[in-house]
Amino acid sequence: MIQAIAFYFFATIVVASAVMVVMARNPVHSVLWLIMAFFNAAGLMVLVGAEFIAMLLVIVYVGAVAVLFLFVVMMLDIDFAAMRAGFSRNAPLGLLIAAVLLAELLLAVGAYNAGGLSLGTPDGSAVQAADTSNIEALGALLYGRYIVLFEIAGIILLVAMIGAIVLTFQPPKPGARARQDVGKQIRRRPEDATVMKNPEIGQGVEL
Amino acid sequence: MTAFFQSLGLSYEWAWTVATLTGIIVISLLVMFSVAMVIYVDRKVLGAIMMRRGPNVVGPFGLLQSFADGLKVFLQETIIPSAANKGIFLLAPIITFTVALAAWAVIPFSAGVVLADINVGLLYILAISSMGVYGVVMSGWASNSKYPFFSAMRASAQMISYEVSIGFVLVCVVLFAGTFNMSGIVNAQQGFGFGVINAYVVHPLLFPMWVVFFISALAETARAPFDLTEAESELVAGYQTEYSSMSFALFWLGEYANILLMCSLNTLLFWGGWLPPLDIPVLYMVPGIIWFLLKTFMFFFMFSWIWATVPRYRYDQLMRLGWKVFLPMSLVFVAVTSGYLMATGHFDRSIAPTAPATSTEIVKTTPAQPGAVRGQS
Repeated sequence: MIQAIAFYFFATIVVASAVMVVMARNPVHSVLWLIMAFFNAAGLMVLVGAEFIAMLLVIVYVGAVAVLFLFVVMMLDIDFAAMRAGFSRNAPLGLLIAAVLLAELLLAVGAYNAGGLSLGTPDGSAVQAADTSNIEALGALLYGRYIVLFEIAGIILLVAMIGAIVLTFQPPKPGARARQDVGKQIRRRPEDATVMKNPEIGQGVEL
Repeated sequence: MTAFFQSLGLSYEWAWTVATLTGIIVISLLVMFSVAMVIYVDRKVLGAIMMRRGPNVVGPFGLLQSFADGLKVFLQETIIPSAANKGIFLLAPIITFTVALAAWAVIPFSAGVVLADINVGLLYILAISSMGVYGVVMSGWASNSKYPFFSAMRASAQMISYEVSIGFVLVCVVLFAGTFNMSGIVNAQQGFGFGVINAYVVHPLLFPMWVVFFISALAETARAPFDLTEAESELVAGYQTEYSSMSFALFWLGEYANILLMCSLNTLLFWGGWLPPLDIPVLYMVPGIIWFLLKTFMFFFMFSWIWATVPRYRYDQLMRLGWKVFLPMSLVFVAVTSGYLMATGHFDRSIAPTAPATSTEIVKTTPAQPGAVRGQS
């Protein structure tokens, strides 16, 4: 019974905060509701026995991705009036996208109910045997059966990362100030930078 | 504890729930009490290093100083700036405080004394501690004031930078231990160094990683010399500037609970947790929790010592240390550690599960399971 209570608790919060992401007026509130949804989705993962995925969801999405979202959104200077003025103009496109998403969702659920997908069953029979932990089972699959796909995904991510760095890298302009040399900064002693003066009382110091 | 509540006539589910809730309350109260005492210790150590007395008025030796401060703060008025975003402004300290306490769920205080002995314990701590940045960012934004906002931006960049290298350090430890379970990591350290020292830190591959972890822990908890988020000479009090009374106290308590958490992580991951320093039977007569608290306190003392000694880093120096020194270093160490462990046959057991478990050679080549060696002989 506690499992059922926990499931409905997490599920309700996920759906409610997902609705609030769309409904919230303030974009920062939207991001915070999104984080709430991520976090409770992780709770759902724990309930189905996928604790490794749950922890990854929190570490990657809540801990890193959403922080960057929040960071960017906090800096935005959004004109709410102008944003709402564009609503009627963008509404048909939005409705079209919503209709496509709804159709896809119905198709996916239908295919799942018809047995077209072998993802796992809602009754929990897909949970792995009790003697292997989540991490071991995932590791055996990722580094065994799917090693090539895993490596390809890694290479793609590496290329994307290097691409992002190359795109944003700006070579120093000619004539710009020299870069700082940390070793030189550390080697600098007080004697090189300061002089000790011992002036007589009433006398000034000449530098 | 579940068994005790079951003996009172509750069904397993409810006995478990009641036992867990009791455990949560006991651990939170003890952590809060330790935080109060540790704040006193911090001030005393700082005082001693600065050749003054520190708190010595309230109670014997000033021991009740933190409780007096807590009462004072509790009785003050909560002021909410009129320009603040009220809901988030009040939510931020609650998040900081809750997250700081939640991570203690998987910390084993002694053999078997742990609230949730889950097999992703270390990942759970990483996940929870990465949530800590939200309290800071939300308070900085919701205060609607310059200095808290600067502080929030600094904090989010700082915490994300150092979490990366902490992650790689933890990978090295997990490679040696072969498990993410906190108790498993501690048990794997029994007799690790030359067969007598119960600590990972004596290994030449893990000692540099411990240094990286310790410095990253300072940065992660925004302790001096990395306390740029509340650099009082530049940012008034950082993200706490607009806070008063209990909402300020929650930040304060959460911060110290995080510091204690990082100290206990140092203890558990590198210094053998509740195990005595040497694997000698007579030392096991001291209860494990005493060793755990002693080691944790040692790290807390080091934190205070550093606070009193080292000047604050410049922000570009902080970023350079995180990204250009620690990240490449820990990456290289992950590669070297896994190569070394492969070469010395550390993983033989997990790679060849079909090998007979009774073969003594295989058991002996796995320092990850010294308990297994002992069980065999």
